[in-house]
Amino acid sequence: MSAHRLASGGLIERGRKLSFSFDGQSYQGYAGDTLASALLANGVKLVGRSFKYHRPRGILSAGSEEPNALVELRTGAHREPNTRATVAELFDGLVATSQNRFPSLKHDLLSINAHLAPFLAAGFYYKTFMWPASFWEKLYEPLIRRAAGLGRAATQPDPDVYEKSTEFCDVLIIGGGEAGLAAAREAARTGGRVILCDEAAMLGGQALSDGKPVDLSGLETVKILTRTTVFGVYDGSTYGALQRLTDHLPASAAPRQRLMKIIAGRSVLASGATERPLVFGNNDLPGVMLAGAVRAYIHRYAVAPGRAAVLALNHDEAALTIPALKLAGISIAAIIDNRANSSPHVRALAAQANAPLFCGAQLNRAIGKLEVTAAEVLTVSGTLLRIPCDLIAMSGGWNPALHLTSHLNDKPSWDETAATFIPAELPPGMSVAGAASGRGLNPNILPLWRSGTAKAKAFVDYQNDVADTDITLAKQEGFVSVEHLKRYTTLGMATDQGKTANVNALALMAAATGKSIPATGTTRFRPPYTPVALGALAGPHRGKHFKPARLTPTHDWATSQGATFIETGLWLRAQYFARAGEDWLAAVSREVNAVRTGVGICDVTTLGKIDIQGPDAAKFLECVYTNAWSTLAIGRARYGLMLREDGMVMDDGTCARLGEHHYVMTTTTANAAKVMQHLEFCHQILWPELDVAFISVTDQWAQVAVAGPKSRAVLEKIVDAPFDISNAAFPYMAAGELSICGGTPARLFRLSFSGELAYEVAVPARYGNALAHALMAAGAQWDITPYGTEALGVMRIEKGHPAGPELNGQTTAQDLGMGKLLSKKKDFIGRALAARPALTDPSRPTLVGLKPIDRATPFRAGSHLLPPGAQASASNDQGWITSAALSPTLGHPIALAMLANGPARHGETIRVYDPVRNGDTLAEVVAPVFLDPQGSRLHA
Amino acid sequence: MRIACPHCGPRGLEEFLYHGDATVRRPRDGGAAPTKEWTDYVYFRDNANGPHDELWYHSAGCHAWLVVRRDLATHEILHVKSARDAA
Repeated sequence: MSAHRLASGGLIERGRKLSFSFDGQSYQGYAGDTLASALLANGVKLVGRSFKYHRPRGILSAGSEEPNALVELRTGAHREPNTRATVAELFDGLVATSQNRFPSLKHDLLSINAHLAPFLAAGFYYKTFMWPASFWEKLYEPLIRRAAGLGRAATQPDPDVYEKSTEFCDVLIIGGGEAGLAAAREAARTGGRVILCDEAAMLGGQALSDGKPVDLSGLETVKILTRTTVFGVYDGSTYGALQRLTDHLPASAAPRQRLMKIIAGRSVLASGATERPLVFGNNDLPGVMLAGAVRAYIHRYAVAPGRAAVLALNHDEAALTIPALKLAGISIAAIIDNRANSSPHVRALAAQANAPLFCGAQLNRAIGKLEVTAAEVLTVSGTLLRIPCDLIAMSGGWNPALHLTSHLNDKPSWDETAATFIPAELPPGMSVAGAASGRGLNPNILPLWRSGTAKAKAFVDYQNDVADTDITLAKQEGFVSVEHLKRYTTLGMATDQGKTANVNALALMAAATGKSIPATGTTRFRPPYTPVALGALAGPHRGKHFKPARLTPTHDWATSQGATFIETGLWLRAQYFARAGEDWLAAVSREVNAVRTGVGICDVTTLGKIDIQGPDAAKFLECVYTNAWSTLAIGRARYGLMLREDGMVMDDGTCARLGEHHYVMTTTTANAAKVMQHLEFCHQILWPELDVAFISVTDQWAQVAVAGPKSRAVLEKIVDAPFDISNAAFPYMAAGELSICGGTPARLFRLSFSGELAYEVAVPARYGNALAHALMAAGAQWDITPYGTEALGVMRIEKGHPAGPELNGQTTAQDLGMGKLLSKKKDFIGRALAARPALTDPSRPTLVGLKPIDRATPFRAGSHLLPPGAQASASNDQGWITSAALSPTLGHPIALAMLANGPARHGETIRVYDPVRNGDTLAEVVAPVFLDPQGSRLHA
Repeated sequence: MRIACPHCGPRGLEEFLYHGDATVRRPRDGGAAPTKEWTDYVYFRDNANGPHDELWYHSAGCHAWLVVRRDLATHEILHVKSARDAA
């Protein structure tokens, strides 16, 4: 296929050729390839441009730690930026594009940034772009954004499907390398539930890269999740994991990824280790690779990433690369070991491979324009040696992949022997196995934190373009703490979280400050271990599935009546029922007029309904409501007001007494759950001695308001004999249990929110839709009219009933004109603090009504109230409009408002000022009840 | 985070609502006057470090109010009991 693909070996499926494209050019690879291995097999080394300097970048690693080889994968709405080519599995038709270059990878005009490097060092944002401030948003930021950046996110909505699941196990094994597999085998033997997750498609971890056999026996009872990254550790033995279901396949309708919450009794972290680059001049040139990655490409993908290699190492493990290079037929131009005498192990392998070994030497710099053509070596004698090669394999040692150990704030500790941080404190229930523990890592290492002395840029954090000189600069400018270093240089803050950078950076800062590495400290890692798509976090909860929709029992009927629906909390309620040719205002006005002159019906099921029973039920109501309840007779309902303990109004509603020990409470729609929680609080914590029980029955009962002068006539047609609903037998505020429509159990309440003769009739929820139809049939002769929440709102404003805008958590009973409802004879929630002087001050804004002086200009909620002629200033502000409507009954706009000293000011003129929407008009202050203040309609 | 509800067993955080300090007591026979005892009950809280008793409500479960003893520094949950038993 290509000169870089080895003739045999590897774990690729040679029988399955795949086509893919990179930057518009077509290539071939095999099933089992990653995009990175397939590109290397095709001789493509240059795959990206760096973040800030636009330097040419290639493939550094063979795993999820990759900082350089970031590409845009797929196209259109499926396009995903910053995808690591080293973990993107190849599929037929894969389309990848390089990013952050213009116009092409090879000729990136913005590589001029590399020549501007002296001005782009750490902190350049803060220094260069300080002045003038107005230039920042308009000039500097757009320029910087264009010049420095990562890939482009798709601009269309994400078409992929994501799932979520919760898994439970006794033991969670994180990592499917040798150590993880051994741990899983051992855990499975105990008979517990075991889950093993590995981020790769194939189990084996580093063994695959080193060409070692993988033992998969004894795992029959283990739930194995490949392509699954455990990305976070959370409190309560909870782990976050992301399973990539179809990222390795062409786009389809199948779920793309699954976000898993794993609850594990114990966990074993067997996440292996990440190799450290060496920090030498031009160490970012394509062709410079981690030694372990070179082995992975040879053994796992059967790719020779070069023809002539220089191997630089400082410990014995990296010597495994020598036989690997030989196996791939790559000539070894030199082995550079900074240890004075190297080691017997390395010497023996070098001799076997007949490769020149330079002891006590260091890589000085890589030479080449778009890729490596030679390595410059600083020999032990101090001379510089130029060695032609097209591959530099380097290893500065390995760092345990201990990220997950620090997610709950535990600190790793420095291990002098292995010259790396190893896990020390661990999250509860976690143990560490294999290379992740640091045991046996980096045999005979002689740390080398800065290799050579070349002036050429030597990168520490590749992805954020942080060089060793930036660390020195940070130190010079006083940013010596690890946290300051990180934020000033942006080291470790790229999408790879500095997986290949952090330890080198700490060591260099330690050297600059003359402190030890452990004294310099370590930054702690935060979830996620590797990036998680926002789509996966959202899962299926988007669009109309973002939250559940609650439909009222009469929803189908309302739809058939042409209702327009509005969301109120989770509920969908009918807002108005427009007829042909009507706009919303005409519909609402017609609905109001129908109720005021005839009869209308409205679903009020959404009001919270709480069934309360027990010998102490009345006592309990006395505790939670401000007013008296012991005097309420069976078969009667009463309005009730609830305060919070701080004296502010929490909720209002009615409560009916159906039996000796049986009450039904209603709450506002918005506060149904909150009131239920509050009642549970009061009962379980404050008054546990009360013998009372209650339960929410909001979903069990459908409730429909029947309102208007003809409402009794309508109900008489459906109420079963002998129940008597005449005014004498069933007066205002009566309540009772009965049957309707020939045997359907029902509850009837004579309540009115509209101010008209009105009832609320409740039936088991399953009969709700039928009830609406039955009422429509019974009321046909009076032209019974469905009305929605909008007409309901207009009528309650006409009647001065406070609702959500007035019950805003900052108003007291007095503010709402309901001071009389605060009983003096009993304790209740909020009693003491409602008596605070500031809350009883008569100059507080108090509920009033407003009419425009010209009887024409509409009001808008939120407008401020000022004395006429006064300057519009906060000190002159005397209140605000809470609710406004056009009253069809009165024929002009009206409003409810909170006005300082309100009740004493009826008849005054006030200025209604709305600077945001250019409103400025005069209004007459009136009582908040615009209609039938005596209530004669209610009692009709 | 997970809370072991005495009625329902260990459940995820998303089933619970946090309320606050479980050690404050509503003044019994505290009277109708807005005394310091009342304002302390409603407003005054220690900003504790270490183990602390908190009230949680099992809103998506059994509706029990729970007293959860939790280490505010480590989030470790040391003990859970129903508030009714604790009252």
